Parts: sequence; C-alpha cells; structure tokens
Amino acid sequence: MSLVTNLTIFFTILLAMILELIPFPEGLPKEIGFLRPELVLMTLIYWVVALPHRAGVVLAWISGLTMDTLVGNFLGQFACSFVIISYFVLQFYQRLRMFSVWQQAILVSGLIILHRGLSFLFLYVFDGTIPSLWQMMPAISSALVWPLVFLLLRAIRRSLKIT
Amino acid sequence: MILLSLLLLLADRFSNFIERPKIYVSSGLYFIHYSANLPNIAFQRTSTFFSSHKYLSDRILDLESRLLFLGTDLEKMASLIEENNRLRELLGSAAKSQDSVLVSEVIGIDPDPASQNILIDKGEADGVLKKQTVIDSSGLVGQVTEVSKQYSRVMLITDFNSYVPVAVLRNNLRLMLKGTGVSEKLQLLHVNPTADIKVGDSLISSGLGERFPAGYPVGSIEAIDYVEGRPFLDVTATPKSGLDRSQHLLLVFSERATIASEKEKSTSESSGAGD
Repeated sequence: MSLVTNLTIFFTILLAMILELIPFPEGLPKEIGFLRPELVLMTLIYWVVALPHRAGVVLAWISGLTMDTLVGNFLGQFACSFVIISYFVLQFYQRLRMFSVWQQAILVSGLIILHRGLSFLFLYVFDGTIPSLWQMMPAISSALVWPLVFLLLRAIRRSLKIT
Repeated sequence: MILLSLLLLLADRFSNFIERPKIYVSSGLYFIHYSANLPNIAFQRTSTFFSSHKYLSDRILDLESRLLFLGTDLEKMASLIEENNRLRELLGSAAKSQDSVLVSEVIGIDPDPASQNILIDKGEADGVLKKQTVIDSSGLVGQVTEVSKQYSRVMLITDFNSYVPVAVLRNNLRLMLKGTGVSEKLQLLHVNPTADIKVGDSLISSGLGERFPAGYPVGSIEAIDYVEGRPFLDVTATPKSGLDRSQHLLLVFSERATIASEKEKSTSESSGAGD
C-alpha cells in the first residue's frame, strides 16, 4: 500500500516537472511564458494537504533540489522556498481541507507569491538581478489551474484508494 | 533543512567543489529534459511527414543553390585567409588560428522567460567546455555556463548577467555590451557622449577579456539616446543572431579557449563560476 502511495507521489511530481519544462511553440509571443503555472509546487501542496504524514518537508526539499538542477538555478534556491511553503501548509492542512476549491486557489496563489518573492530575494542577493512584476503572473495562472490540478490529483488518489 | 539549502546555495555560488556531483545529478535528470522536448520533436516529425513532395524538392533545390554560392565564397575566403596570414607575418604578428566548430541542437528553453538560457544537446562527452563560445550562422549567441554529460546550458548574450566585450566594426571603438534580460535587446555600457557611434553600426566581438574569440558579429546599434545631465549615452543594440529562433547552434573551439581550460584544469584554480 505504501509503495503505491510513494510511487504515485513520485510519478505525479515527475510528470509536473516534465510539463513545467515543455517549451512553448515558437510562434507564440515570449511573454506567454510568464503565464506558466507552477505545477510542481501545486502538486506538492496537494500531496502535503492530502497526505501530511507521507509528503512533507523532506519531499519538498528533494523536489526543490531537482527543480534547481533542471532549471539551472544555484542549488538550493527552489529547495529553500519549497521547504518553507510545505512547512506552512503542514501547519494549516486541516484548515485547508475545509476550504472550497476556489478558496484554496486563492491561498495557493498567495503561497506562489511567497515562492516567487523568495526566489527574487535569492536572485537579488546572489546575482544582483532586478526582477520585473511580470514574474508574479504565475500566481494568477496557478490559481486558475489549481481546481484542475486538485480535481485530477484527487481522482487519481481516490481511484488508487490512497489514504 | 532551510539551513542546509542555504549552505548549498552559498557553496554553489562561491566555490566550485559542488560542481562534479552537480554534473552527475543533472546528467541523471537528462531524461526529464528529453521527455519535455518530446512534443516538440513529434511536432517537427509530423510536419515533415505531412509537407508536400513539391515543397521538399523545392527546398532541396534552394539549399543546393545556396550551398553552391557558399562554396564559391569559401574558396575566395580561403585565399583571403592565406593572404591575411602572410601579411600578418610580414607585420610580425602571430597568424590567426582557424576556429573549429561543433554542431549542436537546441533541446530546451528555460521555462522562465526572464532568464535567457537554453539547453543544447552536446555535453562533456562531446568535449564541450565551460565558458565556451556558442554562435549560429549569423552571429554570437552566448557562452556555455554549465556542462553535464549529455547536454549543456548556454547563457545567451541577452541574459541579464551576460557581458560581451565588443568593438564597433567601422572604427574599432571598444565597448562593453550587456544583456538586459529581454530578448532582442542589448545595452552598451559607458558610452561617452562624444563617442563616434551611429545608429546602424555593426558590433563585433573584440576578443578582449579572453572569453569570446574576436571577430564574430554580435549585433547592431538600434537607438542612441542622450539624457541631459547623464554622464553616458543610452545606447541599445539588437543581436545579430536569431537567439530565440535558431534551432542549430555551433560550439566554437578556439585554440585559446582550449589552452585556457587546460591551464585551469592543471592548476585547478577555484575561480567564480559566473562573471
């Protein structure tokens, strides 16, 4: 049972990583890239809310490090903010379960703003990059996609009877 | 855990002992990049499959004629290079070495549009070195910032952290070109208000700083703006190479880069990773 759970968590996060890295078709304007939702973080948040005894800070740290190597950040940048966010979610998961999907979506967008803010902070401290406000766009797009992610992952979880 | 990630962050930024393990980890994660690029490959395959026979044969004819033209140009070039080297010998300066290149294909683009990085399908196994110059058919593209076994990451010249020493082709005025983080836009730093510079001037890499080899076209000047009271001109330039569009890139193996990297390996100096 626990093997199925772990494998499901592993593969959904892997799929989210692949989806997050797929390049957009060439014809589209480049600004559309700012609308890319933070799928990995959302999948992570879902699993932490649904299975707080299985998915937690360690999972967040590992997937953060993986994302760092994939995207080419300094190692630990995403890992740090993923850990902080999953810690928050672990504190409030019971309250989060009571929320409706759209209320959750608003909270998720707040968490993604936090994640982007932390990334900016690191980039500013280590690189001196000055970010633009455009980069906060994933917060909105992620909130719009959250119901989809939530329902899909819940359907997967229920069909595999993972608790 | 947060402390651990902060420690990793510092280690990665200020030293390079984490580099070897990072290469192995990122090589292991290659399959994620590969599968993320699959839809793109599938799209290309299907579009070739469905394009008409006439279109393809026209294209072959077109390419053949271009090859012919380029071949004649190349013959002329060979004699010119020969002559140039003879003249340089007469002047007593060293002959310019010919750079060899390696063709590579773009396999991934950074999902974050604000960072101008791409992935190419050649890595350490093909002899790619860190800090190596990348060009395409029309000009300078960027430099390799991270090498793993099968692929490497290229920082484009439009990246916020990219600096290229350039010279104006017309009068050899030396300047520093900086990326802005916006594609198709570059910025020239510290241009004197009295400098002889015009809109439309071509910029080539000057070879100073021993990072980029000299003589590759980099961009052309798009706009010059002087704000009263500022010490320098605001000059923007557009890159020559099709940074967002080119699918095939060339990795330049200049003699100098190879020697420098060997020197670095032998002394194993711990210099900073970026600029």
